[in-house]
Amino acid sequence: MTVPLLKVENLRIELATRDGVAPVIDDLSLELGVGETLSFVGESGCGKSMTALAIMGLLPEKVGRIASGHIWFNGEDLTKADDARLRQIRGNEISMIFQEPMTSLNPVYTIGEQISEVLRRHKGLSQRQAHAKAIELLDAVRIPNPQARVDDYPHQMSGGQRQRVMIAIALACEPKILIADEPTTALDVTVQAQIFDLLRDLGQQTGTATILITHDMGAVAEMAERMIVMYAGRKAEEGPVDQVIDSPRHPYTKGLISCVPHLLDTLTDERPELTEIGGIVPSLRDFGKNECLFASRCTIADEKCRANRPPEAEFDNQQRSACWHAGQV
Amino acid sequence: MKFLFPIAQRIFYAIALLIAVLVLNFSMLHLAPGDIADTIAQASGGADAEVIEQIRKDYGLDQPFYIQLLKYIGNVLAFDLGHSFFYNQPVTDLILEKLPATLLLVITAQILALIVGVLLGVFSARNPNGLASYVVTFLALFGYAAPVFWTGILLLIAFSLKIPLFPVAGMIDVTVEGGFFARAADIALHLVLPVITLASIFLALYSRLCRASMLEVLGSDYVRTAKAKGLAEREVVFKHALKNALSPVVTLAGLQFSAVVSGAVLVETVFSWPGLGTLALQSIIARDTPTILGILFFSAFVVIVGNLLTDLVLRLIDPRVGSKA
Ligand SMILES: Nc1ncnc2c1ncn2[C@@H]1O[C@H](COP(=O)(O)OP(=O)(O)O)[C@@H](O)[C@H]1O
Ligand SMILES: [Mg+2]
Repeated sequence: MTVPLLKVENLRIELATRDGVAPVIDDLSLELGVGETLSFVGESGCGKSMTALAIMGLLPEKVGRIASGHIWFNGEDLTKADDARLRQIRGNEISMIFQEPMTSLNPVYTIGEQISEVLRRHKGLSQRQAHAKAIELLDAVRIPNPQARVDDYPHQMSGGQRQRVMIAIALACEPKILIADEPTTALDVTVQAQIFDLLRDLGQQTGTATILITHDMGAVAEMAERMIVMYAGRKAEEGPVDQVIDSPRHPYTKGLISCVPHLLDTLTDERPELTEIGGIVPSLRDFGKNECLFASRCTIADEKCRANRPPEAEFDNQQRSACWHAGQV
Repeated sequence: MKFLFPIAQRIFYAIALLIAVLVLNFSMLHLAPGDIADTIAQASGGADAEVIEQIRKDYGLDQPFYIQLLKYIGNVLAFDLGHSFFYNQPVTDLILEKLPATLLLVITAQILALIVGVLLGVFSARNPNGLASYVVTFLALFGYAAPVFWTGILLLIAFSLKIPLFPVAGMIDVTVEGGFFARAADIALHLVLPVITLASIFLALYSRLCRASMLEVLGSDYVRTAKAKGLAEREVVFKHALKNALSPVVTLAGLQFSAVVSGAVLVETVFSWPGLGTLALQSIIARDTPTILGILFFSAFVVIVGNLLTDLVLRLIDPRVGSKA
């Protein structure tokens, strides 16, 4: 295998909370190849957004920090890069779109300005060139009548349109990596499918590698090549999407999948959300414990699971599972 | 057009408001005991009732209240604020002569308070443990606790008497010779202490509000987006955050306009600043009703114009203001 575009190695992110420092991400490793689509799934609070923000170098100031590990981007360690270098990369080579389209655009600037700005910053375009490119981009994200809409303010657009504008901003500089953090969670069901279609088509056109964070297992099946299942700040399972969904090697993945019927059907308008598995997610302050954090909710857990953190078991087909009993799942 | 229509509407309301202010002022002053006749009688060492009655007749004060009121409103609509009994001059002339000094003081103080307040707010929000934060906290304590005349007197003692950096009183030093710039510099020197005094109250208010507003905006999703674009810190803070954080501060500044004008009255008295405040004090003592009414009218006018400007600025800052969405 060639050198991956992005390689996260033994990443540990610590958050300063009221109860002290907690490892919100604990020993996470992953790789992303050129043009590949990788999906993160897992319940709310398991650290998907934190991982994304760490890659962007945008962990919440004074609260979160990378305690150890590396984030290699094209052979450069982003955890060692200074602010100026990270600003060159952000929005240019690695872009991110967020869960909240209603509030992610600045209400006091036109969308044209908000798209142009990133082109002027990274591509050195003039005011006029950037404006023309912004109209092209609005067209590319399928906003009708872009010539007229470019001077609109965000409040004049619907949630779906605003998320399209966010996608236009993120893809403006043709980045190598696009991180989409639950891009459809806040949108109407009918709009969700359109946004996924758009992301997939544009991603293929530009050859951008995508990290897709979503609750939507149907979208994962449709869009991603590989997936990572996260639980309580750790990787539970990783592997090619079809195999993981067909034969999960971690009890948590199995639980997640059983919550969603007809998984491998084609994209439909009907998009069931992940339902909860019985039991409760461990609280942030327990994230660092040397045990399997899923044990309290697991039907096959035993003493060993409660006494030691399971290592990753690797299978022939590139599937990996952090479970003591991975072979029996 | 979308932009202009609401402004025209606001101007219409403003005129209606001015007339209401006129009626209210006139009625209230009419209720107050004593008039110019008493003052004249007093000044000439006492007079009998007959003479006082004659004075009242001469000035039209013997007519029924509503006739006096209607006459007054009619005159004001014709830009005639009446004749000052005490100064023996048209009130309009009297006020227009003093107005520039007051406007200079009020506007300079507002601008100073806004600029310094906003900058302090921004820097203290960026760095809660930095110098700017301590300055804001100190100013807030001081600005709320210290009455404006006390601050003024304190500054006078410190920087005019003990350390004679600035002139003690007035606006112009008649001994200064030279061209326009020498005179302007002289006025500026006289302006420093009164402006600082007047600005201090509002500085505390604006810097605290701006800090709170900036803190909120800096944690917003669109500021995160701006950072994710790789923009420079300066652009994130001043372009994306500040423009949003400014709206509440501008709104407050607009609401405070009347307080700034009334604060100016006190400051003018302390520093013998030759403006409307000093004139107001003298005409109240003299019971010079037309002058008092004229000053009240002009103050209301200044406040209403200030509010209109605030509205305009808010529309320029935030496209959502006044839109139906
Ligand atoms: N700014 C923050 N300060 C403190 N804790 C935070 C902050 N943001 C997120 N967290 C905590 O970090 C954990 C992981 O959050 P997140 O990465 O957003 O989860 P996910 O995206 O998987 O739903 C959660 O327990 C959340 O409460
Ligand atoms: Mg999240």
